[in-house]
Amino acid sequence: MKITVASGKGGTGKTTLATNLAHFLANSYRTTLADLDVEEPDSRLFLTGEPVGEKEIDKMVPEWIAEKCILCGDCQKRCNFNAVIQLNTIILVFPELCHSCYACSELCSESALPMKPQKIGTIEHVKINTLDVVEGRLDIGQEQAVPLISQTKGFVNALQPPPDFTIYDAPPGTSCPVIEATKGVDLVILVTEPTPFGLHDLKLAVETMRTIESDFAVVINRDGTGNDNVAHYCEKERIPVIAKIPNQRKIAELYSRGELIYTQVPEFKQQLQKIEQYIVEFRQGGAK
Amino acid sequence: MKEVVIISGKGGTGKTSLTAAFAVLEGEDTVVADCDVDAADLHLLLAPEVIQTDDFYSGKMAVIDEEKCTNCGICEERCRFDALHFSRGQYRVDPLNCEGCGYCSLVCPENAIIMEEQNVGVWRISNTKAGNIMVDAALGIGAENSGKLVAKVKQEAKKIATEKGIDLILVDGSPGIGCPVISSLSGADFVVLVTEPTLSGLHDLKRVYELVKQFKIRAGCIINKFDINRLVAEQIREFLEEKQILYIASLPYNESFIHALTMGQTVVEYDHNELSRTVRESWNQVRQILKNDKK
Repeated sequence: MKITVASGKGGTGKTTLATNLAHFLANSYRTTLADLDVEEPDSRLFLTGEPVGEKEIDKMVPEWIAEKCILCGDCQKRCNFNAVIQLNTIILVFPELCHSCYACSELCSESALPMKPQKIGTIEHVKINTLDVVEGRLDIGQEQAVPLISQTKGFVNALQPPPDFTIYDAPPGTSCPVIEATKGVDLVILVTEPTPFGLHDLKLAVETMRTIESDFAVVINRDGTGNDNVAHYCEKERIPVIAKIPNQRKIAELYSRGELIYTQVPEFKQQLQKIEQYIVEFRQGGAK
Repeated sequence: MKEVVIISGKGGTGKTSLTAAFAVLEGEDTVVADCDVDAADLHLLLAPEVIQTDDFYSGKMAVIDEEKCTNCGICEERCRFDALHFSRGQYRVDPLNCEGCGYCSLVCPENAIIMEEQNVGVWRISNTKAGNIMVDAALGIGAENSGKLVAKVKQEAKKIATEKGIDLILVDGSPGIGCPVISSLSGADFVVLVTEPTLSGLHDLKRVYELVKQFKIRAGCIINKFDINRLVAEQIREFLEEKQILYIASLPYNESFIHALTMGQTVVEYDHNELSRTVRESWNQVRQILKNDKK
């Protein structure tokens, strides 16, 4: 079963939940955690383990071969992203703007723009006892997170034997990287906080989940602070709230040191047990 | 005209709360631009009255003319984004997968695929309760946050500032290090980095600073919730010193931020003690640097 932990707003506790939940589940099930917040991957600050493997991730971009080019200018016309520009007798390729659609390359009458790999990031795979952790990390200055997210997912899906649970730690927001991180999963857990910011961004995330027709449930973090509007909203919209993590300074302090929470805060562990119960029932098709 | 961008790398460090407080302190002397178009929240604190809303078009999407389509399948073969499939008797476009490259439209032998401009969101101009003019935006669900809407918000803010003779633009940046942040940073005069003393806060600060450095923009840093972990707070101070980033201030872990937020207020309106004073002084420091620049 694949589960994405996501949130509209950043800093609501996505990574805290994803890392603790994965570590907790790994006590009883074969579990993999994949950090898909490739712009700012933080999972491994909380989970240090034995390195298993590392892989450079490329995207394909065209490379201009001057000797073959007849300067017809068709490539520039065909590129919808301004990634191929003709400047007098030179064709300039801007790899950061290229979406790897292959149109310029495959349609070039002279085969003067073959596609070549360009490094955009790294995937690292570590093991902590029985837990597999896979992290995608975008190189600084690279603009497009989506290709790296999709390749990190591909890497995880190829792991053998397949895990019982795969937990994806998604990037924040509701735009294309989040869609990529939630595509094809069985359940999305939206983490929010009971503040006006949390509620506003939760509504956007809910709208996104409904648009992509994904099953989802909510976890309220820092419960006890702010107000009850998030809980009321979920009730009204019939969205299951599967756990409420209490607002405790101790949790914030443990987090700040990169430590796991559930092993030290019993109230936190109780909430993970509730989530476990929900997802196990969900997997059996009982929960909706 | 000066442009100050507030960013954080990591979410939830207090970036928007501080931007709103600075906006209130500056009042009509600044135009505010909310460039966190993916989850724009500044309006929750600044109670804007919208005076103008416009659709924003960016990028394209394939649309199949079913009359012309012979279902030959060439489009599906060429598409690298898994966006074209045959279902219910007809080739169809999956809008969430379509990248807008137009390759299918170029190779379709029947010219049955046209590329349509996409409405990816709206941008707005408003008057805030603090007397600022604010430009913000809302990106459509699952739309591509290519940085173009961010660029539009900044461009409109600049236009207004020029027209009204306002010499400061305050920008609430987006999280991460990808295209929206790159757009938020381009053309900025000063960056305020808001961080927290957690391992992730420090890690994300370092990554986003690498980006700021590439842009050669001067930066200052505010450490929020400094008393959560004094050891990491000290490591942040060392990092700032090493990179010659101006240390602006440390703010305590304080529920006032959430209480203020719950009441729709900024911390400088809600709190009248130490916290509010530190926020004011922080902003004055940034203001002073910009003033000295002009001389």
